[in-house]
Amino acid sequence: MRDTPQTFLLDGVPVPFHEGQTILEAARAAGRYIPHLCWHPDFPPHGSCKLCIVKVGGRHVSSCAMPARAGAEVESDTPEMNGERRALLQMLFVEGNHFCPSCEKSGHCQLQALAYDLEMMTPRFNHFYPDRPVDASHPDVLLDFNRCIYCELCVRASRDKDGKSIFALTNRGIHKHLVVNAESGRLGDTDFSGDDLAANICPVGVILRKRVGFAVPIGSRTYDATPIRVVAMQSEDGEGA
Amino acid sequence: MSFELETASNRESLRRVAIDPVSRVEGHGKVTLLIDDAGEVQEARLHIVEFRGFEVFIQGRPYWEVPVMVQRLCGICPVSHHLAASKAFDRVLGVERLTASAEKLRRLMHYGQILQSHALHFFHLSSPDLLFGFDADVGKRNIVGVAAAEPEVAKQGIGLRRFGQQVIEATAGKRVHGTGAVPGGVNRHLSTTDRDALKAESATMVEWARGAVRLVRRLHEADPERYFHFGREESGLMSLVRPADGALELYDGVLRMRDADGSILLDGVSDQDYHRIISEEVKPWSYMKFPYATHLGPERGWYKVGPLARVQNCDRITTPFAEAERQAFRDQANGSIRHGALAYHWTRMIEMLHAAELIHDLLDDPDLIAGERMADGQRGHEGVGIIEAPRGTLIHHYTVDENDLVQWCNLIVSTTHNNQAMNAAVRQVAKRYLSGKELTEGLLNHIEVAIRAFDPCLSCATHALGRMPLQLELVGPGGRLLDRLSRDG
Repeated sequence: MRDTPQTFLLDGVPVPFHEGQTILEAARAAGRYIPHLCWHPDFPPHGSCKLCIVKVGGRHVSSCAMPARAGAEVESDTPEMNGERRALLQMLFVEGNHFCPSCEKSGHCQLQALAYDLEMMTPRFNHFYPDRPVDASHPDVLLDFNRCIYCELCVRASRDKDGKSIFALTNRGIHKHLVVNAESGRLGDTDFSGDDLAANICPVGVILRKRVGFAVPIGSRTYDATPIRVVAMQSEDGEGA
Repeated sequence: MSFELETASNRESLRRVAIDPVSRVEGHGKVTLLIDDAGEVQEARLHIVEFRGFEVFIQGRPYWEVPVMVQRLCGICPVSHHLAASKAFDRVLGVERLTASAEKLRRLMHYGQILQSHALHFFHLSSPDLLFGFDADVGKRNIVGVAAAEPEVAKQGIGLRRFGQQVIEATAGKRVHGTGAVPGGVNRHLSTTDRDALKAESATMVEWARGAVRLVRRLHEADPERYFHFGREESGLMSLVRPADGALELYDGVLRMRDADGSILLDGVSDQDYHRIISEEVKPWSYMKFPYATHLGPERGWYKVGPLARVQNCDRITTPFAEAERQAFRDQANGSIRHGALAYHWTRMIEMLHAAELIHDLLDDPDLIAGERMADGQRGHEGVGIIEAPRGTLIHHYTVDENDLVQWCNLIVSTTHNNQAMNAAVRQVAKRYLSGKELTEGLLNHIEVAIRAFDPCLSCATHALGRMPLQLELVGPGGRLLDRLSRDG
């Protein structure tokens, strides 16, 4: 790592970086927000949600995975890039069953907060309405698969930090879905704990503590008063949750 | 009359007139009239033509989500569903007694709901008929017409509703579809800022509500023949009352049922036992069931709920101005039970005054500002929550499995209780005002005025307001369409 930082241009403004930093990391260190869902500072880049998409030299790249390069011209907070992000959000919304009005995570949810921040006004695409029954078999934690966005943060946290490998994604493409690593497929038949990092890292409303509903009043929730682009820059884990 | 015109004997040879949809009510319903060659009404039915399905799609959902989810049944009185569900899940959690703060905050929210819903119904939806006449110019028969002709009445009506909504916002976070109550308690206190802002206006609201009672009372006294006999059908009455003294109780109490003559049929029935006294009948021409007192059967056992039932079912009202108005109402009826549909308006305004007085008094209570919010209990698997919603007795009943998911649900909403009463009122008005006459828009509005008096929430979700959308079909003997007249809303 060099002592003297080099710079690239993010929306025309110089951003310093050290060798090995990604565009997203360097931007964040410089106080510049790039939207993201699957990225987390404690884990290697995942590059699956594509919300951190930026344009570098005319190409669309994931800024969480793309190393910063000196002199690069990066476009992020532009109508074109935000339009791409909005379309990605719309696809995430219609793929699952996201009924914000009665979701306990409403107001704390990064997907919802990004949709507000990026001014998503309609779902735009036809809803899939997938049939995804909840798993309520665990005594302390509810799994509501309806809201899964396949960021794999729970998969990675359980495998790499908790040492349990409770979760995995299975199948491919549109058939991809989150599964529980137990013969029965039920969370209650694993050694999963509500204290695991995996139980507390979901950016949406899939992994929820049981019997705690709407305990935080409207107006006091994470993104009620402050948009995610501000909250995310203030919190150490990059999520604000 | 209540069943006499339900089904005509020679339906295929009769002319069919439909009022579809019924306007200035919440939700979608239609009225069909079958009329013979002499113009006599032979059949009259109020049909509820929409289907919601909440009882089914909350199955399999975690119970703590339900009070927030089911309030989406309604955009007018979501607080009622929110609180009835919360009360049911209090029982599931084994919480029979909330903390003082939780109960008072929920009551404050509920009184705000009663105030805003009653104000909306009287001023926005019904006052145009009552102030201008049932067959007045249809262009004037709306809240804009009221604002033009009676600006002070409109201003106070809109102000009362706004204040009720502000009470809800202060206790639930939003004016519509908030999250104040949670199973076992509440999630917030009232802030001192909100308390002071509400307190600054609450005495004015009591005065305005008193004025509203005076207004509706004057209307009744000016035309007693119409006001006490229009849509009049005798039936039982049902509501919650306070167990200790039979006082009017809107949030929590025991069930009492009176016969049409005022004698008490059932009293002190625990809300958890509602299913022992009420049964529901299904009829093929409506999506809405017909409840009745089980021990009397469907023909004798149908009853009214809502303001007219509550104000006459209780022994007293706990706030002074509303109690004085209750006594005036009772004295005007010489102690007998009023059954005319339009008397709903008078009693509704008495309740609105009661809610305003309750809010004014409760705002001084320190338990709203601080104190324990949540209570615990011995977890069970079944719970019933009953509340007196603006439109009447609202019943939520759930069972929850060992994994915390809702297994089964039964909802009996206020309007369902009044199904037979509304049909009976429609038939009485059809027979008395329409039979043998050439049908006009104004005459058809008489039918709607009778339905509106009950303040039905036909979908518990939407409401139509303003110029009446109407479709008339003239069907000749043999079912041939002779003429059609339709007008967009």
